[in-house]
Amino acid sequence: MRNVGIIMRRELASYFATPLAYVFILIFLVLANAFTFYLGGFYERGQADLAPFFNFHPWLYLFLIPAISMKLWAEERKSGSIELLMTQPVTLWDAVLGKFLAAWIFTALALALTFPLWITVNYLGHPDNGAIVAAYLGSLLLAGGFLAIGSCMSALTRNQVVAFILGVVGCFAFLLAGFPLVLDIFRSWAPQTLIDAIASLSFLTHFDSIVKGVIDVRDLLYFAMLTGFFLLATAIALELRKDV
Amino acid sequence: MIRTEHLTKRYGTLTAVDDVSFAVAPGEVLGFLGPNGAGKTTTMRMLAGFVTPTSGSASICGRDVEREPLAAKAATGYLPEGAPSYGEMTVRRFLAFIADLRALAGARRAARLAHVIEHLHLDAVLEQTIDTLSKGFRRRVGLAQAIMHDPPVLILDEPTDGLDPNQKHEVRTLINDMARDKIIVISTHILEEVDAVCSRAIIIARGRIVADDTPAGLAARSRYHNAVSMQLEQPAQLPAARAAVAALPGVAEVEVSERDARLTAVPRAGATILPAVSEVAARAGLKLKELHLESGRLDEVFRTITA
Repeated sequence: MRNVGIIMRRELASYFATPLAYVFILIFLVLANAFTFYLGGFYERGQADLAPFFNFHPWLYLFLIPAISMKLWAEERKSGSIELLMTQPVTLWDAVLGKFLAAWIFTALALALTFPLWITVNYLGHPDNGAIVAAYLGSLLLAGGFLAIGSCMSALTRNQVVAFILGVVGCFAFLLAGFPLVLDIFRSWAPQTLIDAIASLSFLTHFDSIVKGVIDVRDLLYFAMLTGFFLLATAIALELRKDV
Repeated sequence: MIRTEHLTKRYGTLTAVDDVSFAVAPGEVLGFLGPNGAGKTTTMRMLAGFVTPTSGSASICGRDVEREPLAAKAATGYLPEGAPSYGEMTVRRFLAFIADLRALAGARRAARLAHVIEHLHLDAVLEQTIDTLSKGFRRRVGLAQAIMHDPPVLILDEPTDGLDPNQKHEVRTLINDMARDKIIVISTHILEEVDAVCSRAIIIARGRIVADDTPAGLAARSRYHNAVSMQLEQPAQLPAARAAVAALPGVAEVEVSERDARLTAVPRAGATILPAVSEVAARAGLKLKELHLESGRLDEVFRTITA
């Protein structure tokens, strides 16, 4: 666990050593607010809640999270630093977890910087603050799931652009797993139980229920397992071809 | 002790390393030689625990690199080919990161950091990011990283590549200083380096060990071993000198270089020709600028073995 912390801190510091962190946070905040006010009709709805804000998070993350995760492993492969890292006395799991946590903490920071909206909505009315906390938690879990998928895609290639595209496609597939766009691919040939299983994998279904303020253990478990699964897949992808 | 037994690595149909077995004892500096693509880097990567062998085994200080990877890695300092590192970090932060991963703490951490910074002359660039460093400095940062925890085993993949002659000399001095109580494996294309630092050399070609000997032993395989080389003051004397030397019984062949008026007498196997050649030179009244006995040419041995 010590090594996870060391790797995480190095990784987190590296975000802020380049303009990446600042550009990301700025764009995230601008887009999150633009979506809330223009597309979500924050004022027009006349309700003191943050639903117009959280409802756009999956779509915002769809492009922004792969932009963070694309470099996780592809860059290490490209620069060869993966060889340096993996010949230190650390386990593969230390590295996978350390890098993932750094990215997650970073997105948590960006998310935390949306607090003025929360203050605004409290100033304008009397929102259900418990539901807002739940929604922040759901958003964070969603970001974690996307990051784990992105981490796995980044481990497959040394090209960051490829990692980005694979990340977007992977996240999109999980986002829409409950929608006809994805389900129709299976409907013609797969048994109904499989289709139901795929539909239950949808990010949106689980995210929506948390955002409504209902924290169900099954939803938490879903995100934990999905994230864990893709981190495991990351480790396997790395183990199979570390030196490519 | 480093020990490999039947170490083999295949990539699909390509066999990069083929049944390589050797052992290196403390105090030895082993030079890995071979053409590009011969399997040097793959072998070193297996020793360092970065590449998993297809078959066979390798151990560092008794720790198998596959079964006890952390213990094997803890005993090893490794400089990967090209000295990769994290470009956006400053040298100071990078070295601190490595010290943390090597579980150094307290006074020992401070002492080791000071030691590597001093010995690799990094104090001037501590606050620079690694991206902005010259190739020579980057290599030194890589070396600093490798020796950070004072490991009993050092595996250095082309440690002097890209360094200028002064820096090469410094790195070789550093390696020689550490050689007494450590096991050091270096790979290189530079044959003079083998003479300068190695106590033993393994030549690999197409993944297999083709020679395993001391540098002197390898040089002795050269046809130029015990050859006599002389340089004349007057190039006009070359034909006469050639005829006189070629007539000697121990001389197999005479090579003449017009450019620097040099003549090299290659002996028959096992023959000693220096006394006879110098005598015949005196008798023929040759004016010599220089006369010396060659110990053998490593580059020629290298080409013969790996061709």
